[in-house]
Amino acid sequence: MADPDILIRARGLTKVFGDFVAVDGIDFELSRGEVFGFLGPNGAGKSSTMRMIGCVSPRSGGELTILGLDPSGDGPAIRARLGVVPQEDTLDVELTVRENLLVYGRYFGLRREAIRERTAKLLDFVQLTERAGDEVEPLSGGMKRRLTIARSLISEPEILLLDEPTTGLDPQARHVVWDRLYRLKQQGVTLVLTTHYMDEAEQLCDRLVVMDRGKIAAAGSPRELIDAYSTPEVLELRFALDEQEQAAEKLADVPAERIEALADRILLYTEDGDATLDAVRARGLEPVTSLVRRSTLEDVFLRLTGRRLED
Amino acid sequence: MAQAYAQSFAVRQFRFWITNYRRTWRGTIYSGVLNPVLYLGAMGLGLGTLVDAHGTSSLGGVSYLAFLAPGLLAASAMQTAMGESTYPVFGSVKWLKTYQAAIASPLRPADLFHGHLLFTAMRLAMNSVVFLAVMAAFGAVRSPWAIVGLPAAVLTGMAFATPIEAYTMTCTKDTSFAMVFRFGIIPLFLFSGTFFPISQLPVYIRPLAYITPLWHGVALCRSLSLGTVQPGASAVHVGYLVAVTALGIIAGNRTYQRRLYA
Repeated sequence: MADPDILIRARGLTKVFGDFVAVDGIDFELSRGEVFGFLGPNGAGKSSTMRMIGCVSPRSGGELTILGLDPSGDGPAIRARLGVVPQEDTLDVELTVRENLLVYGRYFGLRREAIRERTAKLLDFVQLTERAGDEVEPLSGGMKRRLTIARSLISEPEILLLDEPTTGLDPQARHVVWDRLYRLKQQGVTLVLTTHYMDEAEQLCDRLVVMDRGKIAAAGSPRELIDAYSTPEVLELRFALDEQEQAAEKLADVPAERIEALADRILLYTEDGDATLDAVRARGLEPVTSLVRRSTLEDVFLRLTGRRLED
Repeated sequence: MAQAYAQSFAVRQFRFWITNYRRTWRGTIYSGVLNPVLYLGAMGLGLGTLVDAHGTSSLGGVSYLAFLAPGLLAASAMQTAMGESTYPVFGSVKWLKTYQAAIASPLRPADLFHGHLLFTAMRLAMNSVVFLAVMAAFGAVRSPWAIVGLPAAVLTGMAFATPIEAYTMTCTKDTSFAMVFRFGIIPLFLFSGTFFPISQLPVYIRPLAYITPLWHGVALCRSLSLGTVQPGASAVHVGYLVAVTALGIIAGNRTYQRRLYA
């Protein structure tokens, strides 16, 4: 590999299950030190891609190089240098918090001494020091997630793979996890994550690809994607249910770059939301609620696929 | 290089099972002792008194206790193997998903399989040592060859452990194990020469007994305990048990790979 800072390179990467094409010839590159995201709805092929990168799912086609090695022959050597936070918790709930890290460290061939030192640091990092001797079973969902993150770091991996790291967590627990991931990013750890939360992608990712139905629909930084596929502001209007359809027709000539009529509201993509709202009112339309906000990756996704991310 | 890799990886998984076993070992020792004491007491001594009163020429002229004990040694190895290769393995892939966690490390599916087989062999050796000690305490051992009954019992257990574990990795529901138990383990337990010589079986059923690994295990253990070892017959028994074990390993390597590397 020419550039040693390219950690993962995929060309035409494909995964097929029977007749179903889960990943359909995608290309991407991951550089050292960046946080790279796969954003897309459930079933977009994100997890299949992650499993191929994690060397636990053989690719059906295309090329994949990880840390300069080929997963089809060098799986163990690659996995020795990866950390994985799977979508579903795979902790041993019958063992204690500390034992989970011990067992996992031993899988990587680490010495007990080294594991003990790292365990102390990692439990401190994920704020679980007081629970070190407790069984895992009664821990909350957020604590289990943080423990899974600590476990994935026990081998001091060069790349950390996180498959939907905050799915199923309550908002407060999500923020704690985000905070920890942000600190890892600050420490220069290379992160690859999948998510269907656009705020997660926006906050954490330096660069991301939008995936839909096994393909990459767009790639870039969150800012670049929003600039390329959306307007600076969005005006969200809600009308009484029986007026919604009529309103959509009357809005057709309001100066906006694009109008999206969703089931429950109408989105107007525009440079200046307030000015657009004035234009709406000037036509004698009075929405039940109106909101001017900045464009997000959700809008990018809507533009690219015609569908919403979270359903 | 690849071979050294494989060995050390399997040992890493074996160590996991040891860590896991630390929580439950006391209970298993207790049942490991109680099981032979109850069986040898009730059947060997209790039932044995009635059997011996009618003469034991069909048993080779030894007491029923001496006849039964090595058969139970082999049969209990089968039971231990059944227990170790079903729920703990199924739980790891289906409920706890610790297998899915383990394959994200350098370990490969076959390493998890071999690591657990090492643990199963250890558990078989532990239970068989206890069983032999209880046999000796009951006065059921007739020959110093009985000590070789330890590896014989472990081998008998492994001939069950490898194919059953291979099968476990193909199961999506734990109710499958009840079927194996009901239609596999229990009939074998009763009709493989453990409790009575298979010469007592109808002629047309006897060949069925010869193809079951348990009959070979029972015959091998019995010949060792009674001191009636014949080299040719023993070689057939050992060869058969080794072959079944090896086929189980080949099958398990595949089923582990298929289940964990989708």
